[in-house]
Amino acid sequence: MDHVAQLLVELGLLFTGLSLLGLLARRLGLSSVPFVLVAALAVGEGGVVPLTTSEPFIEAAAEIGVVLLLLALGLEFSADELFTSLRHHGPSGLVDLLLNAPPGFVAGLLLGLPWQGALALAGVTWISSSGIVARLLGDLGRLANRETPAVLSVLVLEDLAMALFLPLLAVSLAGGGPGTALAGACLAGGAVALALLAAQRQGHRLGRLLGSADDEQLLLRVVGLTLLVAGLAQSLGVSAAVGAFLVGLALPASFAERARSVLGPLRDLFAATFFVAFGLSTDPAALVPVLPAVLLLAVVTAGTKVATGWFAARRDGVAVPGRWRAGTALVARGEFSIVVAGLAVAAGIPEVGPLATGYVLVLAVAGPLLTRFVEPRGRPAVPRSLA
Amino acid sequence: MDLEETMLPGVGVRYRLRTRAGEVLGIVLRREGAAEVAVYDRRDPDRARGVLHLEPDEVEAVAEVLGAPRLTQRFADLSREVPGLESGRFPIGAGSPFAGRPLGDTRARTLTGCSIVAIVRDTDVVPSPGPADPLRAGDVLVAIGSARGLEELRRRLDGPA
Repeated sequence: MDHVAQLLVELGLLFTGLSLLGLLARRLGLSSVPFVLVAALAVGEGGVVPLTTSEPFIEAAAEIGVVLLLLALGLEFSADELFTSLRHHGPSGLVDLLLNAPPGFVAGLLLGLPWQGALALAGVTWISSSGIVARLLGDLGRLANRETPAVLSVLVLEDLAMALFLPLLAVSLAGGGPGTALAGACLAGGAVALALLAAQRQGHRLGRLLGSADDEQLLLRVVGLTLLVAGLAQSLGVSAAVGAFLVGLALPASFAERARSVLGPLRDLFAATFFVAFGLSTDPAALVPVLPAVLLLAVVTAGTKVATGWFAARRDGVAVPGRWRAGTALVARGEFSIVVAGLAVAAGIPEVGPLATGYVLVLAVAGPLLTRFVEPRGRPAVPRSLA
Repeated sequence: MDLEETMLPGVGVRYRLRTRAGEVLGIVLRREGAAEVAVYDRRDPDRARGVLHLEPDEVEAVAEVLGAPRLTQRFADLSREVPGLESGRFPIGAGSPFAGRPLGDTRARTLTGCSIVAIVRDTDVVPSPGPADPLRAGDVLVAIGSARGLEELRRRLDGPA
């Protein structure tokens, strides 16, 4: 086969395989992220279908995948939602950080990672998967529940924290000392504040500038601007992801709705490629020795997440069963843990790869199962996913 | 009656309402237009049970069924809030000179100063109708204006064109 033919066949097989995995995941009511990771581990070097020709494409697509993931995240919430969450659940966000980041950091140090690697692992254990949790709440028919606003508020605050944490991590990984890292985070914090302010004051102008009745125009403009900003941010050493997040944040809510629907499928495609690339770059053999550590870390941080949800739900005056539901719903880790780990791996700390892969595999599956389990017996939730 | 509104970041808005019968009704309006309607569990009042999921087109259908009579109610509330402003409902009888003619022919605003804000037709409501909207026998016009203006409008609609 010539080069082009091989490239197309490889990508065709890849996407078809991803679609089948997604189908399987949906049928089981789980996120497709762990399935994609396992599959990518399998097709890497020496796997069933070694992806050789398409590797440069997958690597580039993975970069775009991260950018689109973070852009979508920025589009996901409005300044209003952010401030409401901060007002009602600021302490919950703090508890979330204090309970869930340290176990990752300590585990990283104990496993002999450099402190930058331990910092990345802290991010991996800290951030719940907003994608998995939000869909889970919908599927289980819990959106109207009393504890749900607390759960969603914690997710929003985590998403915002990502915008501050990623540049901090990026600067640390680039070899700067704690001082430079702090400066980087302050810079990012200022940029986030500025973007939010801009969205409130001038957002409609940006919306008008990018807006178009034509979907194609809209897509090209938004993706073009985002890649530009992301590239500039990357060249300044603040991580492309943060740049993309800022663009998403600065777009006004009225415009974000349409941008989300137009960008959604594109993001899903590239994000899946990102998970594949991450799995490919991880050596399955390296997973085995860290498995006990990963399991222990998963158990500990599942516990700390339950405590976080418990705390947040109690603040809203939710009774004990609801606190259990909130806590267990937050256990799932997923896409953003992989984004954080991906930064560390790219910066030359490959040990974070297998740790994060194993960790996400365990909790992306265990989280949804756990929170189903705490639903009262004999009164099952409406099984919408099976309808 | 208390309608409690809560923001659901990333999802939409949730409304909660305790009915007089003691049930708590929850409605989640999702950003993309779908909705969930649920009644809360009596044993675990934080938990929604019997969740009904509505797609956007179904939401619209349900909203129309519940909303048509509500609209006129809203105008009545509005006139209560603004002193001197009243609302009235004016049926167009089969013998009315305006049945079958466009709304503009009534020249309601010019002659009486009243605004016709909606046409209620069976279960449908045409909100903010324009002068070209045709009137049919059996329609009910909802108008707001001063008490005197509304009286003039009533005479005009009943009298000769």
